[in-house]
Amino acid sequence: MDLSFVILVEMLYAVASLILISAGLAVVFGMMKVINLAHGEFMMMGGYATITAVNLGVNVFVAMIVIAPLVVGLIGLVVERLVIRHLYGRLVDTMLATWGLSLFFIGLATMIFGNTTTGISTPIPGFAFGDYQINGYNFFIILVSVALLVAVLFVLKATRAGLIARGAMQRADMAAALGYSPDRIYMATFFCGSALSGLAGAVLAPLVGLVPTSGGAYIAKAFITVIAGGPSLIAGLFSSASFFGVINQVFTFAISPVIGEVALLVAAVVLLRLLPQGITGSFFKGKL
Amino acid sequence: MPGSLQKDVLIAVVVTALLIWLMPLLIGTYTLTVLVIYGMLGLSLGLIWGFGGILCFGQAAFFGLGAYTYAIAAINIGESTLPMILAVLVPAVFAALLGAMMFYGRLTDVYLGVITLVVTLILFKFINSTAGPQYVIGTARLGGFNGIPGFQTLNVPGDPEAYIWGDAYFYVCAIALALVYLLVSVLLRSSFGRIAVGIRENETRLSLMGYDVRARKTVLFAVGAAIAGLAGALFANWGEIVTPNLFSLGQSAEIIIWCIVGGLGTRLGPILGAAGLAYLKFLLGQQSLVDNTLITGLILVLFVLFLPRGVVPALAGLWRISFGRRPLGRIHQARRHRRRERGHG
Amino acid sequence: MSLNRRSFLAGTAAIAGAGLMPRATLAGETIKLGSILDTSGIFDAYGKPMDMAMRLAVEEINAAGGLLGKMVEVVAYDTQSDMALYSQYAQQLTRQDKVDVVHGGILSASREAIRQTMRKTKTPYFYNVLYEGGVCDRNIFINGVTPAQQVEVLVPYAMGKAGKKVYILAADYNYGQITARWIQKFVADNGGETVGVDFFPLDVSDFGSTIAKIQSVGPDLVIAPLVGGAHLSFFRQWAAAGMKGKIPLASTTLGVGNEHKVLTTEEGNGIMVAYNYSQELDTPANAAFKEKWTAAYGDSTMIHELAVSNYQGVLTWAEAVRKAGSLDRDAVISALETGLSIEGPAGKVTVDPKTHHAVLDVHIMEFENQGMKVIETLPQRQPVDTQAVCDLSANPGDNTQYEIQI
Repeated sequence: MDLSFVILVEMLYAVASLILISAGLAVVFGMMKVINLAHGEFMMMGGYATITAVNLGVNVFVAMIVIAPLVVGLIGLVVERLVIRHLYGRLVDTMLATWGLSLFFIGLATMIFGNTTTGISTPIPGFAFGDYQINGYNFFIILVSVALLVAVLFVLKATRAGLIARGAMQRADMAAALGYSPDRIYMATFFCGSALSGLAGAVLAPLVGLVPTSGGAYIAKAFITVIAGGPSLIAGLFSSASFFGVINQVFTFAISPVIGEVALLVAAVVLLRLLPQGITGSFFKGKL
Repeated sequence: MPGSLQKDVLIAVVVTALLIWLMPLLIGTYTLTVLVIYGMLGLSLGLIWGFGGILCFGQAAFFGLGAYTYAIAAINIGESTLPMILAVLVPAVFAALLGAMMFYGRLTDVYLGVITLVVTLILFKFINSTAGPQYVIGTARLGGFNGIPGFQTLNVPGDPEAYIWGDAYFYVCAIALALVYLLVSVLLRSSFGRIAVGIRENETRLSLMGYDVRARKTVLFAVGAAIAGLAGALFANWGEIVTPNLFSLGQSAEIIIWCIVGGLGTRLGPILGAAGLAYLKFLLGQQSLVDNTLITGLILVLFVLFLPRGVVPALAGLWRISFGRRPLGRIHQARRHRRRERGHG
Repeated sequence: MSLNRRSFLAGTAAIAGAGLMPRATLAGETIKLGSILDTSGIFDAYGKPMDMAMRLAVEEINAAGGLLGKMVEVVAYDTQSDMALYSQYAQQLTRQDKVDVVHGGILSASREAIRQTMRKTKTPYFYNVLYEGGVCDRNIFINGVTPAQQVEVLVPYAMGKAGKKVYILAADYNYGQITARWIQKFVADNGGETVGVDFFPLDVSDFGSTIAKIQSVGPDLVIAPLVGGAHLSFFRQWAAAGMKGKIPLASTTLGVGNEHKVLTTEEGNGIMVAYNYSQELDTPANAAFKEKWTAAYGDSTMIHELAVSNYQGVLTWAEAVRKAGSLDRDAVISALETGLSIEGPAGKVTVDPKTHHAVLDVHIMEFENQGMKVIETLPQRQPVDTQAVCDLSANPGDNTQYEIQI
């Protein structure tokens, strides 16, 4: 009984962390059809921003939820102005350029922070449930990812900015004709996407040791989750994260973490073969 | 593609001979060998991406598969001829199956990228977790993260004691690359190659014209994998060890960068891009001023932004501008006209 | 031939300087020490301090007048954590630079990538890293601790403190697999029971499910030979789940790359380890070494086990050259095989003639306030694991890495 509760929490946590690590990529891909392969490095920089801020004496939650997204968002803005905006509409070229950026940021972080693993400890203590100890921080991550989904949904559905964004997403030319500069919309979107990546990196930083190459561990998973999710932003993200998260954890508990990872990847291949447009390409059509 | 096949072959043979003679005077043959091997690997992706329009994020998977097939077969067989053949066949068959799965599922661009990426990851994760004694193929331990050292290296066919190594091995690799290059040239000039380029340009048109696009893409994909497999086997012989790193995403990334920098849609570009960048990496290892990853990344970004067609097409363009309109160039001009007409036809 | 290449590389000052001179006179004037380490890329946390230690040792040797009246010149290459570059630079060092000795290699994979090249070109090779044991090759000298040296002392100590039921979490590669087997053996020898063994590839960083699994088994002690940055997460997540006070931890690898300085005190305190070196080692030799390091680099916090190993490796080689009075490979090897010993920062290091491994002091330690507090020192431990399978004096042609059968 206690064990099944623990497994349930671990599953929710797996789903939540997949949502978290994919959200930034999903926003940028969903809105702009740009695949940002430097996404993992944006997360890594979010982690470093948090650790640096904490070491400077900032409260850890402020560092994670305010400072890291801002810092990474601004970096994203610079990247968008300097590189991405020249490549809109050239999907493969943006992928390659952002791949180059990811290497560049790894090198830069190595030169600044060195390759030594760093990190901060989790700000929330574990607690006992029956015979088991549970990592209290898992609940924080679940909470953050739920809040994040709700926030994105709210912004898109209920605010004017969201309306414009959705309009630009469907018909960029029409939005432009109505007087909204796609250039500025894209710029803002990329800022938001980067900030979300930074937030994800920051929130996950206390759980993992951080090195400049940490981003590589996330990008493949995020990429797979977003592509498998398909065209709808939130429904896609949620459905594919749940699908992969559950598969991963079932196999992890049943066999081993490696098999869990492999199961996730195999599931991705099968899924994309059966639903080449992603989950929301076939189901939940027209949802956000 | 200007020029006749005979002329092409002649030029390739002369240039190769010159390079094989001159290059060892500038760079050690051991380093040269790996540059040649990387050149072949670059060419394998250059073929399927540049001429077939298939962006494969997992070319390293075939490279690694070739290397591992060779290592495992060489340990079990002890003579290098059959392992070399297997190292070409296994990746080709694997690619044919994977390609059939993808192309008959009508997957395109990004989705293709994801699948090849994921398959590479699966292979990498699998090979990486085979350190335990239970993972054995014949007498070969897979070795996990540490890889497989100590297998039979290339020998004169039929005589396992007569190893080919050092300078001789360089000549073998260089000639192999030249042969592969010629083979690719022949392939691209055949109707198969022309149709492959046609598919790249407009898939729907070609399929409406009655060509089986899926089968052709699958075959092209397998040919690319076979070349990558051969490069892998040569690499295994060169390094005398194979490790899961061969399958890594980093390796795949490098191959893509080589193609971009060298120039897509050319045969020479990926080869030069691979050799040039690998040599640059080797040189960078001798300094510690600037992080090497940073430089690699910067090169890729700058190329995508400012020279998205790569070095070779840019140089070729420069050449045409500088020398193309001389009287001697009339033949070329005529040919260009003909080509343009063909293009519109 | 190499002149061209050299002048092409004019940027790298030391090498280019050497390139201007004809090779013959050059070889007469300096002794070349080849070094091949990952000083960039994911393993540079290990490689950088090793490189610094090697240069420190060479400076010291040169300051004392060099060897055989000649200065020692370092020829170093950065392999960028790329195994392919190991093969390449090994060829470069042995065939073009023609160095007199090579020190280096970090991961076992990198050692295996270059070991045969060293053997073929008859270049003495020193691998100065803690590793899984079992390499038997007359051309190589290894002065890191092997599992038997560590585990043999760590397991009884940890079991005495914690209890008899042991759970093992190991890195899934050669080192982890072999070390896990040794741990199982010593747990059984000490009357305990291994209740679970799990292996993790080096890129696994999520241990939540594993922590739940461990709890459902309920061991008294967890021994974790985990390796690298991703695996460091285990110790974080373990503390985050509040397991820290419940089940004690021991490790054979944590701290080798100064990981204890990364973990906070709450996460690290009390983890039991056993190594050859600790910065907290209270000996005059260590104090002097730290002083020298500070004088050269300004800050001694970077020193770690592997750096000290590398330093001791260079000193051992230098001592052998002095004793042999020659750079000839066989003379140097014979000198080493006399059971030569040096006094390093971590104590006395003696070459074991039978296995070419090292006999050294092993200290049982516990993490305390981001340091490694020495609990007990066990002097001059023999590499019994390798000794059981390898005898180079009886069988000098041997060239295998034995896997220990238990």
